[in-house]
Amino acid sequence: MTTLPAPAATRTDQPDRRLPALGGFSLGALRIELRRVLRNRRTLAFTLIMPGVFFLIFGLPQGDKTLDNGRPVMAYVMISLAVYAAMVATTSAGGAVATERALGWSRQLRLTPLRPVAYIATKVATAMTLGLIAIVVEFLVGAAAGVRIPAHVWLLSGLAAWVSSLVFAAFGLFIGYLVPAENVMQFIGPVLGVLATFGGLFLPVELLSEVLQRVAKFTPVYGMGELSRAPLTGDGVSVVGVANMVFWALLFGIGATRLFRRDTARV
Amino acid sequence: MTSTHPAVELNGLTKTFGAVTAVDGLSLRVEPGEVVAFLGPNGAGKTTTIDMLLGLARPDAGTARILGGTPDDAVARGRVAAVLQTGGLLKDLTVGETVQLTAHFYRHTRPVAEVLERAGIADIADRVVGRCSGGQQQRLRFALALLPDPDLMVLDEPTTGMDVEGRRDFWQALRRDARAGRTIIFATHYLDEADAYADRIVLVRQGRVVADGTTAEIKNLAAGRTVRATLPGAEQAALAALPGVDAVEVRGDSVLVRTRDSDAIARHLLTRTAARDVEVTSHNLEDAFLALTTERTGA
Repeated sequence: MTTLPAPAATRTDQPDRRLPALGGFSLGALRIELRRVLRNRRTLAFTLIMPGVFFLIFGLPQGDKTLDNGRPVMAYVMISLAVYAAMVATTSAGGAVATERALGWSRQLRLTPLRPVAYIATKVATAMTLGLIAIVVEFLVGAAAGVRIPAHVWLLSGLAAWVSSLVFAAFGLFIGYLVPAENVMQFIGPVLGVLATFGGLFLPVELLSEVLQRVAKFTPVYGMGELSRAPLTGDGVSVVGVANMVFWALLFGIGATRLFRRDTARV
Repeated sequence: MTSTHPAVELNGLTKTFGAVTAVDGLSLRVEPGEVVAFLGPNGAGKTTTIDMLLGLARPDAGTARILGGTPDDAVARGRVAAVLQTGGLLKDLTVGETVQLTAHFYRHTRPVAEVLERAGIADIADRVVGRCSGGQQQRLRFALALLPDPDLMVLDEPTTGMDVEGRRDFWQALRRDARAGRTIIFATHYLDEADAYADRIVLVRQGRVVADGTTAEIKNLAAGRTVRATLPGAEQAALAALPGVDAVEVRGDSVLVRTRDSDAIARHLLTRTAARDVEVTSHNLEDAFLALTTERTGA
């Protein structure tokens, strides 16, 4: 026989019925979310291990080759793959809402004080943390493999890759609210690969055919790739690149917001 | 404070889905501390009513109040908690993590270890949810509902899909936890559960309350009782004229009286007639349930 706890009826305190602060958003919940994400082998494979291996395959053989401004080609590959790692990380973390909707967890959450906005904030924070980890891991692999660039390039490129990956956190949420499927990342993964190619993350956009180069300028990774490599190449950021990023950020952001509103509206 | 308000007050709740009226002007008042079974066949509108009670669905007409406030406010303050059929769980979290995560959404909760213990799942706290049985997952949902120490607990078909043992364990956990003052409303289509665990039964059919009372009252309401006696030469018309009598049948020396007031009939037979071998048979809840929930017009 197990000993049962004293019945609740005997207690004298009344439950605290105040509303939670910040709509129920908490660092404690964020910590559990992160632990959950980092326990997922598929996520780790696609966001941390695969980009690192890509670098060893495509970056390392560049050896001492340099760009026009004398900086290492290896760093160019490393930064590009860091952008890729971050976009896969933020997309999969944002896209997790698809799984949670499919499982009915979002319905379970509606029986708690957690506000929908606080839920989204937790998802975005989780996505951005995972994105940051993905970039740091890629940079560590690069540094260990011998990439040597000035401190401000590490910092600015990393920062640019991280901030711009917010576009894909929004993309993940957008897809997550569009398709309530548990395995949403299985078909999003290849899409991300294609977008990364157009964004010049696997090979410079200049190596694509002229038609594809023209198409590439309109795809969502183009702007963030250019922005993240700018501190290294010193080329600056084109108007097209900035317009590209702003456009896609707005599109995915507004799309995710609208679908999210539709999802949380009562029927 | 809240004690002056009913735990639940539903007023003319109505909800239609296309041409189907799921809930049809349903009104119900539940006082604090009552344990109420919401009993009805599938499709009676139980789940839709509960969704509106909890603020998950918007009524087309009518209002739902919990302890004098709106359902949304009651949920946000942890006054009400629910175990629903549709509430999903994250398969990759452990049982303990699920409770911890949910606890973070509230201002204040009972300790995680305590609710795990009360729900009877303390021994599987480290198990991943995806590897838990249906019954264990249901007790996890119950643990989540216990976190805010709610004044009102709503359970929608809580033991559906459980085996006999799982059902027993679940009700044991619920009963063990029942504290003075906590109101419990559970929907079920298991008659024995309503009979065994509720103080009051609300029978619903086609989105309306068709009967409301104690278990004994409900049983009486539909079929009443039958009083049988040996009475040679019984006067059928005289017996049928007695108050509370629904039907009288004479079979040779036996007489069968279907009545809502079996005590009065038995007393009459024994004191005013030569009747002997008096037997009173009660109809069970299933008879009442069938009588009240079957569409009489056959539509």
